[in-house]
Amino acid sequence: MISLFVRSIFVDNMIFAFFLGMCSYLAVSKTVKTSFGLGVAVTFVLLITVPVDYALQMYVLGPNALVEGVDLTFLAFILFIAVIAGIVQLVEMIVERFSPSLYAALGIFLPLIAVNCAIMGASLFMQQRVQMDPETSSQAIGSFGDAIAYALGSGIGWLLAIVGLAAIREKMAYTDVPKPLQGLGITFITVGLMAMAFMCFSGLNI
Amino acid sequence: MGKLFSKENCEVFSNPLNLNNPIAVQVLGICSALAVTSQLEPAIVMGLSVTVITAFSNVIISLIRKTIPNRIRIIVQLVVVAALVTIVSQVLKAFAYDVSVQLSVYVGLIITNCILMGRLEAFAMMNGPWESFLDGIGNGLGYALILVIVGFVRELLGFGTLLGFTIVPQFCYDNGYMNNGMMTMPAMSLIIVGCVIWAHRSINKEEK
Repeated sequence: MISLFVRSIFVDNMIFAFFLGMCSYLAVSKTVKTSFGLGVAVTFVLLITVPVDYALQMYVLGPNALVEGVDLTFLAFILFIAVIAGIVQLVEMIVERFSPSLYAALGIFLPLIAVNCAIMGASLFMQQRVQMDPETSSQAIGSFGDAIAYALGSGIGWLLAIVGLAAIREKMAYTDVPKPLQGLGITFITVGLMAMAFMCFSGLNI
Repeated sequence: MGKLFSKENCEVFSNPLNLNNPIAVQVLGICSALAVTSQLEPAIVMGLSVTVITAFSNVIISLIRKTIPNRIRIIVQLVVVAALVTIVSQVLKAFAYDVSVQLSVYVGLIITNCILMGRLEAFAMMNGPWESFLDGIGNGLGYALILVIVGFVRELLGFGTLLGFTIVPQFCYDNGYMNNGMMTMPAMSLIIVGCVIWAHRSINKEEK
């Protein structure tokens, strides 16, 4: 489980290995402060949705789970997106009720997370990994605890990536970049270089 | 984007191909664009799937746009898109299994592709079915265009092949040419997209 957690932060990093959540990643990473807020929100929502989707996969969707001899896996897309949209709404209301300061800090980011590919992607990867054999693959998700570890790791990896890029972009405001490359172009190339750096972790195994 | 609405239908179709390209200019739908482009074939399949889904979800939403209550429109859009994606993913599994394995979760991720939500919100909610259809096809093809360019560069330099056929002749390898393994890594797709955007912006600036 620890191996799964560490691997999902560094090796299977949502941004650098799978490009999930790229849209908000590029749009929001202008200052460290806001990007940290978004990172926390994404981690939070991941931590709730992935275990719920795991339960859904195990007890409703999987082969022979709900009705003997029926495989409902093809319904996964619709169910997962409904769960995500619902949970984002729920989390928003709960946070607003119990912690107005956190709610104010997260602001607009919470509702936006519903269409963040990182959340949907994590659920779909989880669905894939459930079918792997835990004995042979360190990526397999075999239990509810594994699903939580995977969700937390992915979230922290995302947080790490967006804060890192925001810090670089804050510094980059002072550099002399060719005109057509400014803004988006150079950001892409920066992310590419960061991804290359993260590739060094690929042999990591605990 | 407000200007789009006053232009003629053909411009609705052709604009997203170049001047208003969803990836290079509007920066929508990057996630899947990067991940599926290590070879040309999945890039083409992905581009086509997105085109089909964008076009038809645009038509459906545009047909029912007057009956959708404003407050729940996001959920309605998500459900329409999710249903279409499920159909496409089942079709891919049935007729092009190898490619669907390569694309893995990224077919499902078309649901959260920002191009779709962006077009539905900005165009289909306010326009008739035919314009929405053209807009969907245009945006889908604009997206596919970038995918094909990136896929072309990465497969040619990374594997020396195109669509699985060997392009780089054997005597080049004999004389010390080597495939660039970096190109097959995810990191390079980011850098190539960055360069495509760079080229796109400098060319369009000259035209103006």
